[in-house]
Amino acid sequence: MLNIVLEHAQKHQVQKVLAVHLEIGKLKDFDEEWIQQYFDYLSRGTLADGAKLKIEWIPVVLQCQACSHSFDVEIERLTEIQCPRCAATNCSMISGRDYRVKQIEVS
Amino acid sequence: MEEIRLIEIKEEILADNDAVAKRTRERLKRERTFLLNLMSSPGAGKTSLIIETIRELKDEFRMGVIEADIESMVDSRKVASQGVRAVQIRTGGLCHLDASMVQKGLDAIETGALDLVILENVGNLVCPAEFDTGAIKNVMILSVPEGDDKPLKYPLMFSVCDVVVVNKIDYIDRSDFDRQAFGERVLSLNSGVKIIDASCKTREGIPAWAEWLRQEIRQFTNG
Repeated sequence: MLNIVLEHAQKHQVQKVLAVHLEIGKLKDFDEEWIQQYFDYLSRGTLADGAKLKIEWIPVVLQCQACSHSFDVEIERLTEIQCPRCAATNCSMISGRDYRVKQIEVS
Repeated sequence: MEEIRLIEIKEEILADNDAVAKRTRERLKRERTFLLNLMSSPGAGKTSLIIETIRELKDEFRMGVIEADIESMVDSRKVASQGVRAVQIRTGGLCHLDASMVQKGLDAIETGALDLVILENVGNLVCPAEFDTGAIKNVMILSVPEGDDKPLKYPLMFSVCDVVVVNKIDYIDRSDFDRQAFGERVLSLNSGVKIIDASCKTREGIPAWAEWLRQEIRQFTNG
């Protein structure tokens, strides 16, 4: 993540990275506080030193294989899935495993 | 006041790993070597299942095993004693394998002369699910003593595998493991998954497991 941020920061010749906007799927077992702590540790002395991580949690979205209807589902309910439209249980995951850098705030 | 700008990036953080994994699959296709990624908690029976698989398939396929157990040579010795080529990757305490480490393991084991390579991932149900190793198929072992609630706690792992082997099935009568509820939970997370009940101790289910793998390898090497 830091490599991606620094690569773009250098390319745009920024002075400082103030914030990093991330998109992370809710299925990822990540904790905001720890990601920030590891990021702080790794980014020390770089252009991104002190940058704040802003996380947008992407919902787990499933698509029914029977009727193509797509719907959000909470992680706790993932093991009892049923399509709200046609009640089929055969669904595939469209999002929820996301892990990307969306944008950075720089000065 | 300093001007704050926004720079759009939209870049996948694991893109580097995914690119290496894709190259690995292309190479395996060229060399006609089937790579199986085996994941589980510590103690669920990865090494035992590998040894049983070797017993079932060593006369049909040229096999190798890549071991990634943390700082231990015990597992690769056990495997090597079966007369199969084994390579140990030292992860230096890391909790998972990534595609680059696997690539080095494949170089070391010389995949050109092998039909099947089994990758014994680090014992962990979290991180190995995050990293594509480049394997052709992903399999996880869940042993009965771990409990039927594991799909609720580690949904990502159950959603990325092609087969779940329920090991230590001989123990089920002495446990409160609800096999039906477990099956429903797993299928709900991953409707395409195959579940095989097995016991490396009594060998129940081992022929069925070996048959699945045999068909997959044949399909892959002929395709």
